Amino acid sequence: MKKKTRRLYLAAGAFVFAAGAVALTLNALKGSITFFYLPSDIAALAAKPTAAIRLGGLVEAGSLQYGETEESGKPHVAFTVTDGETRINVAYVGLLPDLFREGQGVIVQGRFTPDGDHLDAETVLAKHDENYMPKEVADALKESGRWQETGGKAGTGSGGRN
Amino acid sequence: MPSLYEFANPVLFERWARPAIPWLAGATALMIFAGLYYALFNSPADYQQGDSVRIMYVHVPAAWMALFCYSVIAISSAVGFIWKHPLADVAAKEAAPIGAGFTFLALFTGSLWGKPMWGAWWAWDARLTSVLILFFLYLGYMAIWRAFDDKARAARLAAILAIVGFVNIPIIKFSVDWWNSLHQPASVFRAGGPSIHPSMLPPLFLMAGAYMSFFGAALLQSMRNELSARRQARLERTDVKAASTLVEQ
Repeated sequence: MKKKTRRLYLAAGAFVFAAGAVALTLNALKGSITFFYLPSDIAALAAKPTAAIRLGGLVEAGSLQYGETEESGKPHVAFTVTDGETRINVAYVGLLPDLFREGQGVIVQGRFTPDGDHLDAETVLAKHDENYMPKEVADALKESGRWQETGGKAGTGSGGRN
Repeated sequence: MPSLYEFANPVLFERWARPAIPWLAGATALMIFAGLYYALFNSPADYQQGDSVRIMYVHVPAAWMALFCYSVIAISSAVGFIWKHPLADVAAKEAAPIGAGFTFLALFTGSLWGKPMWGAWWAWDARLTSVLILFFLYLGYMAIWRAFDDKARAARLAAILAIVGFVNIPIIKFSVDWWNSLHQPASVFRAGGPSIHPSMLPPLFLMAGAYMSFFGAALLQSMRNELSARRQARLERTDVKAASTLVEQ
């Protein structure tokens, strides 16, 4: 075999071997690589997880409630996270990110209450979708009724796969 | 038609690279000014992100370049490793610091955007983590070149790292589709066309053009520097040899 051919096989072999090893590793770790679970993923479990988890989905329209400010002047909020199939109630004390709004993607991190009634969030992250447009365009689309709630991509875009 | 090997000749390389650099540098300056003008002053604020969307014009092309520069390194490394092309190793070596710079810029500006938008500077999601790994690959690649005095040996080992590390490139690209991630999916290179309003595309593409021609100019110039440094080292070696023969006589 010519030296050149041997080097070609060596390089191709190294790449294929590494790609295979990485593919197997990623496949084995897919449960931990996923950044959040959808409400349906949680519903599919036998019991509510006791460890802290990240839950992602859309903030259900009309579900956001501001509670009474008890101590330290921090706002107390409650809302529902949905993926269109399952809904999970979330409670949170603290400031919400700028992009947080009803109908938009959100990822909350926290634990379920012992009775499994709702998730007590420690962190709330807003998820941005892949759409960028000026405000006037968004307003015009809404006015003409051609607006599509594409925020749904946040949870459902990659839903079902996992 | 000149064959590829004519461009591989360092003398011919010098002949076309030297005049190309000022043109590329000029194009960079022109596009970076136009791009930043559009990005910062003459493009609309986003309906949700407001003015923070302007960070995207620096961030997104930098992330594209991070992937592009690594692909250049991996392909040049393969060509250098397999066919012993005389300029390929030099191109791969000199592309690395530029790519590492773009990767750092993408990570840094992404963090600046993430805090006001997501509410976090950093998250260990698949896209962010795989780009951080890319940054470390760049640093590791550069470290290998510095770890060996023997250039041929360094080139071989660095090439293997670059080829194996290329596995990471598709992972970065598709991380947002394969796993639930905090980072949004692709907006420009996606099935169904860009989901960015046309009024926001000129600054994005101008910045991408500026980065690209900067990469061209910087790569050619540092390749010239590296080639002349190697030439000088070779001359010094022959000088020392000649001198020692004289002494012996």
